[in-house]
Amino acid sequence: MPDTLTSDLRSLQQQIEQHAREFGLDFFEIVYEVLDWEEINEVAAYGGYPARYPHWRFGMDYLELSRSYAYGLSRIYEMVINNNPTYAYLLAANHYVDQKLVMAHVCGHGDFFKHNFSFAHTNRRMIDEMANHAARIRRYMEAYGESEVEALLDRCLSIDNLIDYNAPHIRRKRWAPRPEESAPARAEPKKLRAKEYMDEYINPEPVLEAERQRLEEAQREEERFPPCPEKDAMLFLLEHAPLKNWERDVLGIVREEAYYFAPQGRTRFINEGWASYWHSRIMTERALEPSEVVDYADHHSGTVATHPGWLNPYKLGLELWRDIEERWNKGRHGVDWEACDEFQVRQAWDTGEMQGRERIFEVRRHYNDVTFIDEFLTADFVRKHGLFTYEYQPATGEYVIADRDFQAVKEKLLFMLTNFGQPRVEVVDANFLNRGELVLGHCYEGIPLKENLARETLENIHYLWKRPVHLETYIDEEPVVMSYDGTEHSLEPREEDGDR
Amino acid sequence: MVKRIERDRRRFEDIVRGVIKRDLKRHLTRGELIGRRGHEVVSIPVPQIELPRFRYGRRDLGGVGQGGGEIGTPIGTDGPPVGGRGEAGDAPGHHLREVELTIQELAQLMGEELELPRIEPKGARSATVVKDRYTGIKRAGPESLRSFKRTYKEALKRQLALGSYNPGRPAIVPVREDMRYRSWKEEPEPTANAVIVYMMDVSGSMGNEQKEIVRIESFWIDTWIRAHYDGLETRYIVHDAAAREVDRDTFYSTRESGGTRISSAYHLAADMVERNHPAEAWNIYFFHFSDGDNWGGGDDEKCFTLLRDRLLPVANLFGYGQVESRYGSGQFLHALETHLEAENLVLSKIEDRDAILGSIKEFLGKGK
Repeated sequence: MPDTLTSDLRSLQQQIEQHAREFGLDFFEIVYEVLDWEEINEVAAYGGYPARYPHWRFGMDYLELSRSYAYGLSRIYEMVINNNPTYAYLLAANHYVDQKLVMAHVCGHGDFFKHNFSFAHTNRRMIDEMANHAARIRRYMEAYGESEVEALLDRCLSIDNLIDYNAPHIRRKRWAPRPEESAPARAEPKKLRAKEYMDEYINPEPVLEAERQRLEEAQREEERFPPCPEKDAMLFLLEHAPLKNWERDVLGIVREEAYYFAPQGRTRFINEGWASYWHSRIMTERALEPSEVVDYADHHSGTVATHPGWLNPYKLGLELWRDIEERWNKGRHGVDWEACDEFQVRQAWDTGEMQGRERIFEVRRHYNDVTFIDEFLTADFVRKHGLFTYEYQPATGEYVIADRDFQAVKEKLLFMLTNFGQPRVEVVDANFLNRGELVLGHCYEGIPLKENLARETLENIHYLWKRPVHLETYIDEEPVVMSYDGTEHSLEPREEDGDR
Repeated sequence: MVKRIERDRRRFEDIVRGVIKRDLKRHLTRGELIGRRGHEVVSIPVPQIELPRFRYGRRDLGGVGQGGGEIGTPIGTDGPPVGGRGEAGDAPGHHLREVELTIQELAQLMGEELELPRIEPKGARSATVVKDRYTGIKRAGPESLRSFKRTYKEALKRQLALGSYNPGRPAIVPVREDMRYRSWKEEPEPTANAVIVYMMDVSGSMGNEQKEIVRIESFWIDTWIRAHYDGLETRYIVHDAAAREVDRDTFYSTRESGGTRISSAYHLAADMVERNHPAEAWNIYFFHFSDGDNWGGGDDEKCFTLLRDRLLPVANLFGYGQVESRYGSGQFLHALETHLEAENLVLSKIEDRDAILGSIKEFLGKGK
């Protein structure tokens, strides 16, 4: 990527990075590219990457971005890529003070990418890797036809949330064929020793039958494949679906990109908050000229604006960071603080601990959205910032504020952030009825899947697995199995499985 | 890089077109599209051009928000926007619920779907329009139109003739009489014009549903034919026992009772084109819609004569659409079928809305 910075932007970059380093931020080298709005929309459609494989959804995103820019609904101020060096884009039309702010913001992201544990195992040469993926997919398109490859990509992308978000660092397991086994003999229960004429009394047939069934069940359990539910369904399909080599490679590419993006999805609040925290400090304490205050305030307030019904990750993250710093500066944590419920005392609480700075740098290393909110969201905070949960009201067709209680807000937030707000669907059985049918299990947490989408997704999985696929889930709070056999969908009620 | 996004954008648009095409019949028979004639762009809802995934319905999920308000305060009907400003990473799904298409694009899709051939305007039948073009050169004119090239050419010619041109020192100095100016010439330019004469039976048996069918069908016929000509005029004739020319709105809203004499309309149509749209200069289309009831007393025969002698000879196409109604006997179509045969006469039976598309194909499938 060419360095397109003009000399004044380059010296601006040096200044801002100097300030950032003095505050203790540490990042890889940052390479900026200045783009006009059409180019920035294009790059944004490709997720920030200059080289991606061809796919219509990028075109769709591009149209959406350009349209919403044209209507003045949104504009992209900043884009940063987790890479070494870190790449970032500046919008050419931006005001000078905006470029300043964006650069300060980018330093925050850069520091977060480099130090937060979630990114420790990400590929820091992802720009090259993406280009490499693109080249491979293009090659397959030449060899096997564009529509063929696109059809497969559609299928793979349709399941790219079926990865194990809690283990973003797992690399692909080695594929090992299962040893061929001969059919095991039918299990016979052990009989008690008995004389022949006593046998039917000492070993009564009903008991033997029950035991026989128990043994069979145990045996089936043992032969279960996979032995325990597989969260990384993409990996499972990669290893076990009857795919051609190039198809396997495409699925692998989609999975690798999904894992690469996963940590960003899991650190949205904490990461945007961190970047916003630092841009506001760098700007207000160091970089801002008096003449730029109004423009800065305008842009900053745009970034952290809230409106009812929308939780702005920039705003919530920023406020949480400030809250943590203040609490550790004033010693507002620990047993004594928790125990104190006198308003006046709490208001005036200040132990002069001044551990805030140190604490936030620790937190930025070891936390993600879930742990960040789980540990640092407090009842005071929820009250002060007016957080609430909302629900859909079928009667009026509106969303209404449902609850302002701290526990309710926290639970809902954590639920939305756990698994990145995606339902968890695992591979439960890959040899259902001994017919090679695939059974997926939805780990139901009281919220149903969107049914039509689930059906279409099953079709896509069938395309890869090539045998009937089933999904155990709930509809109207009743346990059901949705199935697709390659031509038809069906829906059966299901006996609830005790252990799942 | 521009090329790549263009490819992906085009591919996406192809997919959208595919989805629209799949539901084309529904889109084309939606009357409200036509109500928005003034707006060239129509929004067409496209269900789910997104990759399906296992996901929660937004409604079931609910969420967390920030701001004032009591418990129970509504915060909107659409649900909160997803995500914030763009940034690197995987943006959660954008939803494109509607795509914008021009009427012409929709007609184009219809043409592809129905495999309608392009209409070839008849060469001889084109009006001549005089256009001014700056192709001439004159000796006088305003300075703004001075032609440098011609002026210097003239000067060179003069100097050569006078022997005052020195190749060693090639100075060309125009004088007053060398000056040349661009000027316009009047050039006749052929343009292909078409006129469509719509005729409709407005006797009691043509109900609202029948008229709506005519309205929708003629809208798409208009749009398709318009795409092939430089200019299109439309004329409207309603008839019961007598015929009269009306404007567009009246055409679709008039309802009369009483009998039907189709020949009255054919007569008026023939007079109208003979007077205003001579066949040498115009591509002429007639479309007549009725429920097929005609008075007895030899009116059918009058119609055949009019068609044979005055209408079919000048027409690119004469389309007769018989809209089924509970009251009509539907005899006229049969009568035409048995008494007339002409290459440019197309008969079509339109049973209901669903038949509109097929009927358009029958009318326009010959590329006349």
